[in-house]
Amino acid sequence: MKITINNREEEFDRDKLTVNEMLELKRFTYKLRIVKVNGKLIPREEYDSTYIYNKDDVQMLYLMSGG
Amino acid sequence: MKYSDIKEHLGKFKVGIAGAGGLGSNCAMALARCGVGKLIICDNDVVERTNLNRQYYFEKQAGKLKCEALKENIELACSDVIVEIHNILLDPENIPSVFSDCDIIVEAVDNSETKEMIIKAVQATMPATPLIIGSGVAGWDNTGNLRSRKIDDTLYVCGDEESEVSDDLPALAPGVSIVANMQADLVISLLLNIKR
Repeated sequence: MKITINNREEEFDRDKLTVNEMLELKRFTYKLRIVKVNGKLIPREEYDSTYIYNKDDVQMLYLMSGG
Repeated sequence: MKYSDIKEHLGKFKVGIAGAGGLGSNCAMALARCGVGKLIICDNDVVERTNLNRQYYFEKQAGKLKCEALKENIELACSDVIVEIHNILLDPENIPSVFSDCDIIVEAVDNSETKEMIIKAVQATMPATPLIIGSGVAGWDNTGNLRSRKIDDTLYVCGDEESEVSDDLPALAPGVSIVANMQADLVISLLLNIKR
């Protein structure tokens, strides 16, 4: 399937992925992040139960302490 | 667009600022100077001398509530801005009420978990209100990596999304002020596109 992650097209050899599987495959390691799938904010507790499908739009941002 | 027209337009809007530390104090000051009509500032901290390396306060204000000290400083520079302050610790329950009719909200806290809480609360309870996050302000010699990025119509992020503060990588006036001013620049850019 093809999805976009932060406006970049990415291809995965799968029909669907949970948010956590996608994060592991992409080796996104920072501990605190915001994930939106098709504009909907996905809470951390739902990373294992929320699926990403072909053509989905994933947006991520990392939250760093400091201000 | 002439500055007088910009000021007149921005005067019709209300901007919420969550936090009055390095990001919030510098961002609020820039918004006031541009002419934003009303600022709602929330913080429950007091000014400490260690804050003065990056936050818009003065030595004589040490020990004062940040939101009161910031209101004082803004009014010294721009007396026509209306500054409403809330000496509260933000939580998911009070966020929708204090920021209720803000046109834009600026997230300006220092702790990443609090940033997450604010994003969740604002996006859940005020889904149409644009929220501007600051993330990745620590260190120096990094200005080329500081950027502002649109996630979607309701969420924007300023900073490098990478540099976290630590004992060896403190937040300093240049980096924090640049990101705070990127947040302010984004606020006025969005407001100037709204007809009112």
